[in-house]
Amino acid sequence: MATAGTVPRTDAPKAPKKRRKGIFNVSEGGGAPILVAPTLALLAIVIGYPVVKAVFMSFQKDPGLDKATGLFVSGGFAGFSNYTHWLFERCAQTTGGTGPCPQGSLGAEFWTSMGNTVMFTVISVAIEVVLGMWFALIMHRKFRGRGLLRAAVLVPWAIPTAVTAKLFFFIFAFSGIANKLLHAQILWTGDAWPARFAVISADVWKTTPFMALLILAGLQVIPDDVYEAAQIDGATKFQQFVQITLPLVKPALMVAVLFRTLDVLRIFDLPYILTGGGGGKGDATNTLSILVIQQIRQGFNSAAALSTITFIFIFLVAFIFVRFLGANVVQTQDEQQKAAR
Amino acid sequence: MRRKAMVAAMAVTTFFGVAACGGGGGGGSSSGSGDANAGLNSRGPITYVQGKDNSNVVRPAIAKWNKAHPNEKVTFKEQTDQADQQHDDLVQHFQAKDKNYDVVDVDVVWTAEFAAKGWLQPLTGKMAIDTNGLLPATVKTATYNGKLYAAPQASDGGLLYYRKDLVKTPPKTWAELTSACKIAKQKNIGCYAGQFQKYEGLTVNAAEAINTAGGTIVGKDGATPTVDSAAAAKGLGNLVTAYKDGDIPKQAITFQEEQGRIAFEAGKLLFMRNWPYVYNLAKTEGSSKVKNTFGVAPLPGLNGPGASSLGGHNAAVSVYSDHKATAHDFVKYLNGKDFQKFELTQGSLAPVRADLYNDPALQKQFPYLPTLLTSIQNAVPRPVTPFYPAVTKAVQDNAYAAIKGQKTPEQAVKSMSDAIKAASSS
Repeated sequence: MATAGTVPRTDAPKAPKKRRKGIFNVSEGGGAPILVAPTLALLAIVIGYPVVKAVFMSFQKDPGLDKATGLFVSGGFAGFSNYTHWLFERCAQTTGGTGPCPQGSLGAEFWTSMGNTVMFTVISVAIEVVLGMWFALIMHRKFRGRGLLRAAVLVPWAIPTAVTAKLFFFIFAFSGIANKLLHAQILWTGDAWPARFAVISADVWKTTPFMALLILAGLQVIPDDVYEAAQIDGATKFQQFVQITLPLVKPALMVAVLFRTLDVLRIFDLPYILTGGGGGKGDATNTLSILVIQQIRQGFNSAAALSTITFIFIFLVAFIFVRFLGANVVQTQDEQQKAAR
Repeated sequence: MRRKAMVAAMAVTTFFGVAACGGGGGGGSSSGSGDANAGLNSRGPITYVQGKDNSNVVRPAIAKWNKAHPNEKVTFKEQTDQADQQHDDLVQHFQAKDKNYDVVDVDVVWTAEFAAKGWLQPLTGKMAIDTNGLLPATVKTATYNGKLYAAPQASDGGLLYYRKDLVKTPPKTWAELTSACKIAKQKNIGCYAGQFQKYEGLTVNAAEAINTAGGTIVGKDGATPTVDSAAAAKGLGNLVTAYKDGDIPKQAITFQEEQGRIAFEAGKLLFMRNWPYVYNLAKTEGSSKVKNTFGVAPLPGLNGPGASSLGGHNAAVSVYSDHKATAHDFVKYLNGKDFQKFELTQGSLAPVRADLYNDPALQKQFPYLPTLLTSIQNAVPRPVTPFYPAVTKAVQDNAYAAIKGQKTPEQAVKSMSDAIKAASSS
C-alpha cells in the first residue's frame, strides 16, 4: 500500500473509481481472508490442535499395568468411560466393572471441586463487584492525590498470584498475623470454612483493583452533562447513581464480571499454594483446575476428559453471559453507549 | 451473526486456559520403550539431569569428573527446586524419547513408576552395580519387580527431636512418648508434632505409624493394597488418639516441616518428628531458644526404634541414552564413596553408605549421624509402586480424615485400600 500515500491529493475524490480490485485491497474487504490467514494458521496450531488432541485422548483408556511383566501397556479405546468416571464418580474395581469412587481417589472429588469452584466464583465476584464499584466511584472524583490513589490501588493487582498466595499463607498460618489480630486460634488452612474464607479473601484482595479499573473506565465515558441535567431536575445523589450511573456503566461492568467469572472458574494457583486444596475433609478448597493437574500425574487420558468437561462448563457460562446477560466484549465503546441509552 | 462469531471467539479463549493443561502431556501410550540392550558399550559425552543444586554439590563433582574424563564429559542440566515440576519435566522428556537425558536423578518415590513405564535401564548384566555397603532400605527404593533400576545416591530418614532439659532419656516406644506428655502439659507446651497437613509429608508420617505397628501399604507387586489390616489401623490409631487427646496440639494439623521446626525452636514442643536438616538450624539459628537443650533420637517404635519413611534420590540411566557405558560409570561415581562423602560434608545430605556414618571425624562434624544411621537401618521405603501418585493421595486423604476424627482408623485403612484398588485396576 506504499503507493496510496504518494497519490496526489487532487485525485482523492476520484479514488474510489480507480481503486484496483485485488486481493491486497484491504479497504474493500476482499483481502481480509489472506490477511487473517497467518493468525488463523497460528491459532489452529496452538489452540486447534491441542483441543482436538485433548478430545481424542479423552476417549482413550489410561495405560494399565501388565501384571506379568510389571510394565504399563496402553489402554485402548475407552468410549465414554472417562467421562462417566468423573460425572458419576464411578471407579474401576478389581472384580471388573465400576463402583462408587472411594475417598482418597481423585474420582470422588469431582462434584466437591465443581461446587467449590462455583462457590468461589459466585462469592468472590459478588464481593469484587461491590468493592470495585466503590473504589471506582472514589477514584472517579476529582481530588488532590488522585493519581497516587489510582496507582496505590493497582499494587495488589501487580503482585504475581503465586506471591499473593504465599503472603496470605503466612498471614493465615496458625501463628500468623490473622490469629494475632483476632486473638483467636483458628486453623485457617485446616477447617473447611476458614480455608474457604482465606482463599476468597486473598482472591478479592488481589483482583478488586482489576474490577475497579474496568468500572472506572466505564464511568469516565459517562458525559458530565447527564449529571448536570439530573441535578437541575432535582435528582438526589442516590437517584443519580441508580438511574444514570448504573445503567450507563453496565456494559463495562458486565465485561468486567465476565472476565472475572471466567478467571475464577479456572482458579488454580491461589488455592494450590495457599491451602493445597485442603481444609475440612481435605478437599474443601479443591477446584476443577487443581483436580486436572492432580489427575495429569495419574493418567493423561482421564485428565483430558476432565479438562474437556471443565471447558464445556466454562464455555456454557460464557455463552450465558454473552447471549442472555448482554456482556459484550467485541462491541465498540460507541455501540455500548448507544445500547445503554 | 455477530453474536455467533463472538461465542466462537469465546470458546477459543476459554479453552486456551483449560485445555492447555490436559493437552500438554501428549499421548498416554507407554509401549514405546527404548531398547534396553542397545548402546551398552558406547561411550561419549552425556547429560546429567537433577533438580536445583541448592548446596552446590553437583557442579564441583561434575567438574572433577570432567577433568578425569575429557572424552566423556558430563553436562549438568539443572531443573527447578519443585519436586512436582521435576517429575513433569522428566515425564515429558521420556515421552519424547529424549536421548539427551542420559542420567537422571529420580526421587525415591518415582523410581517404580518410571521403571514400569519402561524408561529406566535395568541395572543388570553389564549395567550392574555393586550394592555391597549400601544401606539395604535405600536399595529397596530403587528396586521394582525384583530388578534394580537405579543407584541410590542420597538418603534421608526421620529423627525424633526432643528437649533433653525436660526429659532425661528419649522415649523408645510410642507408649513411653505419650506418657511423657504430662511433662509437656505441666510446662504448657505441645507434646508431639510431625507433618500432618494434607500433603506428601502426611504420607511420610502415616506410613511411619503404619509400618512401625507392623502394617504395610502395598504388596510386593506394587499394585495390591495390603493396608486394610488390624496392624495398620492400630498404627494410624496411635496418631488419631494422640490428636484427640491433645498430645498432638490442634494446630499441628496445619504443620509442614517448617512450621514444626519453628514451633520446636520457639520452645513450644516437647517432641518433634523431622528430617536431619533441622539439626544445624536449631543449633545455630538466632531465633532458636533450644540451641543447647535439644537432642535427637531414633523414632519411637513398638519395642525398639520405629520404622522411618525414607527420603532421598536415586540416579538412573535412561533407556534412550546413546552412551550407556559412560552413563553407567557416572552412576557408579555418584553412588561411590568419594561423592557420598562430599555430599555429606558439602551439602549435609545423608549418604547411602553405612561406613560413612561410622567415621569418627564425620561424626564429630555431624553429631546426629549415629542416630540417623539407626533411623535409616530400620527404615521402610514409602510404597514402591508405579501408582505412587494415587497411592500417596489415598494415604494422605484418609489419614487426614482419621486424624481429624471424621473416620475411625479402621474405616480409613479400608478406604485407603479401596482407593488404591481403584487406581491400580483401571
